[in-house]
Amino acid sequence: MSDGIRDKVAILGMGCARFGERWNDDAEQLMVEAYLEAIADAGIETSQIDAAWLSVGFDATNIGPSGIPASMALRLPNIAVTKVENYCASGTEAFRGAVYAVAAGAADIALAVGVEKLKDTGYGGLPVRTRGTLFDMVGVVGSAPGNFAQLATAYQAKHGVARQDLKRAMAHVSVKSHTNGAKNPKAHLRRPVDMDTVINAPMIAEPIGLYDCCGVSDGAAVAIVTTPEIARSLGKADIVTVKALQLAVSNGWELQGAGWDGSYLHTTRIAAAKAYKEAGITQPAKQVSLMEVHDCFSITELVTMEDLFISDEGKGWRDVLDGRFDADGANPCQIDGGLKCFGHPIGASGIRMIYENYLQLLGRAGERQRKTPPIFALSHNLGGMPNQNVAAIAIVGMEGA
Amino acid sequence: MAGIIAYGAYVPRLRLQRGCIYQANEWFAPGLKGLAKGERSIANWDEDAVTMAVEAARDCLGPRDRSSIRSLFMASTSFPYADRQNSGIVKEALALDDAVASLDIGSSQKAGTGALAQALHASTAGTGPALIIAAEKRRARPASEDELINGDGAACFLLGAQDGIARLIGTYSTTSDFVDHFRADGREFDYGWESRWVRGEGFERLTGLAIDGALKKHGLQPEDIAHLAIGIPAKGVAASLAGKSGIRAEAVHPDLAEVMGHTGSAHSLVLLAHALESAKPREILMVVGFGQGADVLLFETTEDIARFSRPQGVSGWLARRAKEENYLKYLAFCGHLELELGKRAELEQKPVLTALYRNRKTVLGLIGGRCTRTGTIQFPRSQIGVDRNDPAVGVQEDYPLADRAARILTFTADNLTYTPDPPNYYGMVEFEGGGRMMAEFTDVQADAIHVGAPMRMMFRIKAIDERTSFIKYFWKAVPAARSV
Repeated sequence: MSDGIRDKVAILGMGCARFGERWNDDAEQLMVEAYLEAIADAGIETSQIDAAWLSVGFDATNIGPSGIPASMALRLPNIAVTKVENYCASGTEAFRGAVYAVAAGAADIALAVGVEKLKDTGYGGLPVRTRGTLFDMVGVVGSAPGNFAQLATAYQAKHGVARQDLKRAMAHVSVKSHTNGAKNPKAHLRRPVDMDTVINAPMIAEPIGLYDCCGVSDGAAVAIVTTPEIARSLGKADIVTVKALQLAVSNGWELQGAGWDGSYLHTTRIAAAKAYKEAGITQPAKQVSLMEVHDCFSITELVTMEDLFISDEGKGWRDVLDGRFDADGANPCQIDGGLKCFGHPIGASGIRMIYENYLQLLGRAGERQRKTPPIFALSHNLGGMPNQNVAAIAIVGMEGA
Repeated sequence: MAGIIAYGAYVPRLRLQRGCIYQANEWFAPGLKGLAKGERSIANWDEDAVTMAVEAARDCLGPRDRSSIRSLFMASTSFPYADRQNSGIVKEALALDDAVASLDIGSSQKAGTGALAQALHASTAGTGPALIIAAEKRRARPASEDELINGDGAACFLLGAQDGIARLIGTYSTTSDFVDHFRADGREFDYGWESRWVRGEGFERLTGLAIDGALKKHGLQPEDIAHLAIGIPAKGVAASLAGKSGIRAEAVHPDLAEVMGHTGSAHSLVLLAHALESAKPREILMVVGFGQGADVLLFETTEDIARFSRPQGVSGWLARRAKEENYLKYLAFCGHLELELGKRAELEQKPVLTALYRNRKTVLGLIGGRCTRTGTIQFPRSQIGVDRNDPAVGVQEDYPLADRAARILTFTADNLTYTPDPPNYYGMVEFEGGGRMMAEFTDVQADAIHVGAPMRMMFRIKAIDERTSFIKYFWKAVPAARSV
């Protein structure tokens, strides 16, 4: 029986490009920007990297196939570069590849680079695309907001929450993230908004309005990982280690089976339970002192608070309104602005979340630094849609925590 | 001999107000004023002759076993495919046995009555029960008389060698190349001749000769006719024909022009289906179709009609109605008006014909799987079952879901995704008895959509490939009206 990943792998360095509408940059510039920050933070040379993982969500409208674009952009020394795609959870998937390579002893130092160039489609929102031959004949090509909006209608029905109450809680989620994002110089959206603006915004997919949706951004993020021993030998004193890394992938039960009611993310619950066990966390609501979750839509963040066992089921919306997840609350969530305001360049997002948690653990988050440094920082990276998805959870903390 | 075992019909839900058509076109064609009364049925953007045929057939067949049906005839002058058997698509949607002969009959406004006659002859020949469907979604130029006169809809009859609810007395047909209008191959619209000539020489004289010929051939007196179903698109023609032939005025079946419009080659059959709703035992019905000649069919109802469990029928579908006053929306649905669709409409819809063929039961028939060990029902069926307690391999059997009642589990009204009729309603539905799927919703009334709302599956157009014009059909969920 595996004893998990806890404390076996350390983060040596991280970098993140400025997210946003990078009209004048290709994926190459974005990757290089994040990489230069990470390699400087790690204090190593490119030649010391043994293996790399590249994550990208929409390669067809982006960099194209294979790991070659990262190898070329970063001029990696002809090492193995594996491209991964797992919907919006691709970033954490790349990180997982690099971490597992180090944990396996196959690589001393491994790289994860996530990138997405989304603002080349000619329209707002995510690109529409095929989802496979059979799906295209029988499935529904809904938009991302349309798919996630159904969480809200099912949540309302299940928990008897009035539409206006849920809309208000959803609005609070977004207002909080805008407040946080305003303090983040790398964030895509940096303007605070008020409740009325959010609630009265144009309807995108009932009941999700414009401000319930995250930014669609260009960006890249990079993680360089190694063993704690090598990190120490390279002169690192404060070492951030990986405490848990879990992925749960839908097998069709939600979509085709019986029992799922549409109001929650089945896979998030599974991944969370495994991740807490791997990290040795027994009371998540008390011990997880910082969260970066997949707030692609406000309602996703809200139900994720329950699926991560931070809020009681059906009570998440009240916790949101009580300010529990605000920057000064008990369990701050999206202290960097989240997908909502930092932005959501698909392939980079999972690594961006870990980047923020890494900075917060080391006290390097500047104006947005959590006052009491977190013990365990969790990131939750979700790909797909509520009825068919990939839930990825990474928990990081100081070595020994 | 042969007879009608069951009948059914379909009328699309939207009823375009003729006053609105006239108002929009008055500046150009003030002469249309005389036709600007009542309403006409219009197909939703995702309906065509094939989808309406499927719906009429489902209405006709009800829960009856379909496996004995041996032939399928479909009549239309608005087949979506010029070369791909349209009735073949209907066959898959109805999940009929593969051992069924299918045939499309078109090219004339009497295609409906002609197909009915041929189907009756086929069932007489002892080949087994036959299904005949006539469906029409005719195209008409904006500001034309046809635009006001036409309606969309379908009728279906199940025929057999027995008398059924109405036994065939006989048929009588004539053919003359009387060109009241024509539409050459590849052309979009009809080209017609002067209406006074069409009415006098065609509708009245040629049809009248056929009616007289039929009565004579089958030894009937005009006063024997209790119901006269004449699908000719001109006001008063049926009454005039009855008068000239000596058929009682009260036998003339209402033409449904005010509430539905004229459904082209399907209309005589729509009127027959409508007449059967109120026909009493031992009554004689005469059905007349006109187009380069005429077909006359004579039936006599049996005692069984009194005990017949009525389908929705024409009246039921007419009652499922949504008033449509937006002429521009109708133009856009028909493709007469090119709207800015946005880049999201550029999604590739190219067909994958190999995959469609091997998955035809899933895609066209909405057939899922049922685990023979646990009874778990799922869509689509798969090698390894979805049941978490028993993921058995290769033990599923076909399980049709199309006629199962469903309820909404989750939903949204999506303004972002491209659809010709925004917002795009979709969500998960769960079937009574098990099974669930993500489905698009159509024929939506916003207040009918909520978690737990009853839904019913309908065969519709999913998308049309812009490059090849291939039509992707699949099933959608529609709000289930109390009676439907």
